[in-house]
Amino acid sequence: MSLTTSRPGSSIGALALDVDDLHLAYNVRGIPRPVLRGVSFHIEPGEAYGLVGESGCGKSTTAYAALRYMPRNGIITGGTIKVDGDDITSMNRSQLREFRVHKASMVYQDPGSALNPTIKIGKQLIESFTVLGQSGTEAEKSALEALRKVQIADPARVMGRYPHQLSGGMLQRVVIAMALACDPKLLVLDEPTTGLDATVEAEVLDLVRTLRNETGAAILLIAHNLGVIRSMCDRVGVMYAGKIVEEGEAQEVFDSPKHPYTMGLLRSLPRGGMHKSQSALATIPGTLPVLGSDLPTCVYIDRCPLADDTCRTVVPPVVQVAPGHTARCHHIDKVSEIAAVVPSTLREAGTDTVLEITGVSKTFRQAGHDIPALVGVDLSLTDGETLGLVGESGSGKSTLAKAILGVHAPDAGSSLTLDQHQLASKINKRSADDKRAMQIIFQNPDSALNASWTVRNILLRSVRKLTGKDKEAANARVAALADHLRLSPRHLDMKPRQLSGGLKQRVAIARAFAGDPRIVVCDEPTSALDVSVQAAILNLLAELQSEQRTSYVFISHDLGVVRYLADRIAVMYLGRIMEVATTADIFEGPNHPYTEALLSAVPSVDGEPRVRIRLDGEIPSPANPPSGCVFHPRCHRFIEGVCDVTEPPIVEVVVGHSIRCHIPPDELQRLQALDA
Amino acid sequence: MWRYVVKRVLFSLVTLWLLATIVFLMTWFLPSDSARLILGAQAPEASVAEFRIRNGLNDSFLTQYFRLMKGLITFDFGQSWKYPQYEVWEYLRTPLAKTAKIAVLALIITTPISIGAGLIAAKFRDRKTDRAIVLFGLAASSIPEFVTCALLMVGLGLKLGWLEPVYSTEAEKLSLFGQLRFLLIPALALALAYFGYIARMMRAGTIQALDSDYVRTASMKGLSGSQVMRSHVLRNAIAPTITVMSVQVGYLISGILGVEYIYNYPGFSRVLLDAATDGDLPVLQVAVLISALIYMVATLFADLFIAWLNPRARLELGSS
Repeated sequence: MSLTTSRPGSSIGALALDVDDLHLAYNVRGIPRPVLRGVSFHIEPGEAYGLVGESGCGKSTTAYAALRYMPRNGIITGGTIKVDGDDITSMNRSQLREFRVHKASMVYQDPGSALNPTIKIGKQLIESFTVLGQSGTEAEKSALEALRKVQIADPARVMGRYPHQLSGGMLQRVVIAMALACDPKLLVLDEPTTGLDATVEAEVLDLVRTLRNETGAAILLIAHNLGVIRSMCDRVGVMYAGKIVEEGEAQEVFDSPKHPYTMGLLRSLPRGGMHKSQSALATIPGTLPVLGSDLPTCVYIDRCPLADDTCRTVVPPVVQVAPGHTARCHHIDKVSEIAAVVPSTLREAGTDTVLEITGVSKTFRQAGHDIPALVGVDLSLTDGETLGLVGESGSGKSTLAKAILGVHAPDAGSSLTLDQHQLASKINKRSADDKRAMQIIFQNPDSALNASWTVRNILLRSVRKLTGKDKEAANARVAALADHLRLSPRHLDMKPRQLSGGLKQRVAIARAFAGDPRIVVCDEPTSALDVSVQAAILNLLAELQSEQRTSYVFISHDLGVVRYLADRIAVMYLGRIMEVATTADIFEGPNHPYTEALLSAVPSVDGEPRVRIRLDGEIPSPANPPSGCVFHPRCHRFIEGVCDVTEPPIVEVVVGHSIRCHIPPDELQRLQALDA
Repeated sequence: MWRYVVKRVLFSLVTLWLLATIVFLMTWFLPSDSARLILGAQAPEASVAEFRIRNGLNDSFLTQYFRLMKGLITFDFGQSWKYPQYEVWEYLRTPLAKTAKIAVLALIITTPISIGAGLIAAKFRDRKTDRAIVLFGLAASSIPEFVTCALLMVGLGLKLGWLEPVYSTEAEKLSLFGQLRFLLIPALALALAYFGYIARMMRAGTIQALDSDYVRTASMKGLSGSQVMRSHVLRNAIAPTITVMSVQVGYLISGILGVEYIYNYPGFSRVLLDAATDGDLPVLQVAVLISALIYMVATLFADLFIAWLNPRARLELGSS
């Protein structure tokens, strides 16, 4: 090997990552389509750098390029990527392998698929050490040690498991342990917590922070959640159409954005206690330029509210806003003008009770065991009201929604009334009117819409099935629906796959509204969407509700979204309602300790300091619920001899605010004030 | 796991019972007369009547049905009607062994080659090597086995003289190795047809594994190409291939029919065919059940093998 060999520690003082004018293209049917168009940024040793932007902006491509991993049709067409001083663009196969073994590693979005389903965790982890040249027994010892380092309590047991036997949070720890095996100079994390519960996300992020301090690895973090970026990164780059349009210290960029795109992204987030009753969310009109299309002078010109003749004729320079803070825009001083609030014109929720559910339980039977998935749930919903349903996965949110819809028939003794009349428990026993009155919007419109039908046929079928209209009337209704949901007639003749994510979700909403429903269950309707699209969908849902007095049961793990849209929030844990109150009261407190933990887990883009309450362990199996209060094994306010003995009843502590806890509300308030 | 195996076996028994009943019903309702068929058009009426009485053909529907079932359950299949000197099982045993020889030989030839070809095709996806393998596989499996067999007989047998152009009883005097000259042509014909299916499936399975996130993880760890192939790709890629192979056993059985016929090979399918045309009901029943049994055993082994390869499949088996 030459003198410039890539041994760890050979190049002291070099940048952890130095990307210079990187151009990368995907070959589509022989034609190279540019994806990255001159990306330049660097990461100091030990620094954490975040990349943000909507899907398709090139942030993941950049992340993978940092380890020179590209799709089969990817080609680097210009520029250099240096990691720890070594130019990885010019490496041959074996040099690249050496580089990946010793210098850089990666943590992926979906740990479930990133691990081989047919190989035990232990063997996969050991592999990361044997490539370093360790012997089998050494590697096994290192693997156990690595699992301990990522705070896995019982490493030996985990080593013997297969990936499908572990939870998402555990799997991500394993992947992190693998990534840190070589003590990398650069650790790339691509959406490491997307798809995890907020509580698990908080734990994983804490772990990454701790390990970063221990190992001194530089971090490149890709996340669409701006709160995660803010809480993790020193500096941030905002990407758009394959270019970094703004870069600077994370705090500064998020607090005083200078590029209209950054501004747009931030404004479309429901943040800082915003509520639909005060203002609508800002949206970014239009869509990202098509992959590989010729770009105008300024990449953002088509969607920018500030665009003028200068923008159309002169390529915007990279303007230094402050030391280390740059933006690619002609109008950085005008950006603050965009920040006008769009006032809300929504009608408030009514007072007529639409849905009343009392004592709803659902027990599944599996292999001869009773599994209580819902236990004595009482809830009500008034006209035009949104009830937010929050809780970790496995808390029973979806089961409750399905019980309301009649997909799962609740146990005997449960009562559901719609507009003062009793609902049959099972959907096939419900009248046509009752079916029409309750609809659902799913998380993933791709699987909810029939891929081989046109949008028109999808809607037509729903209208005819739900309302029994004849063909002509149904056609008219579809046209009206489409118009109402801002789907153009052109979209009606397309198939779902030809539409963007946001448009598909619009179709799914139109379908749900086909028969003027009284209640719509929204099951994470925006969690697969980009923030700007999410804003448009949330606005749309709020408007539809205000006009049609529809009530929503809104399931989401994004507390920011729930806070914006919900009038009341119910917090669920292990099939029980732990707390229910108006949105304001939930965020005001006093809270159930579980709510408190959920709220504290959310990383905020506003960066307000907050106490972090760690939830230990995972949500227990409903087949074997803990004694007493089901939350007691994870509760930070656990009182021995009380909480583990009797289950507390849910008590209305003030009007409209109920909490299921042994600790009296005053005491909760006092304790929570002490911690804050 | 064991519960699953027991379930599968019970299910197979029910299937076999249904199959036996269907074959019985078909022979009952079809307007063919076994006695007349077996004894020939010239046979005197008296011997036909005697044949009927001897084999209980005049008994009622239920009596005949229960006699058949009793025979099957007690493994007492009786004598062949056409060759009464033989017990059914005696009569079937030799041709079955003969057919097994070419079937096993075909599998021994085709399995490693087609799996290897599939892997290579996937590795060089969309390049010339891949195209050549895919094209060859498609051609090999779209030509009927008996046509391939005829071509091989002419080519390898007559023109080149490497192998015997047609089967003769001479082979029976030779050792197993010596018999190869007589077995290779039908075996190759079957192997070629099988090659296309297996190679295509293996290619698809490998491509899926190569494109998976866990293979990306493995190469990001810095494992070499061959390490990735060995420890991450193969195990996952082979599962669909195993399924296809076991299902193809059904086609193999029917493919053998044509090949044996063309090559004049005194195998199992010849016996099956004869029994069907003659109305030799005891032989036909048992022969059909044996083919079904082979198919069922093949698919069961395939499923168990996949469960062994893939812990998630094990989970599904456990819950079903």
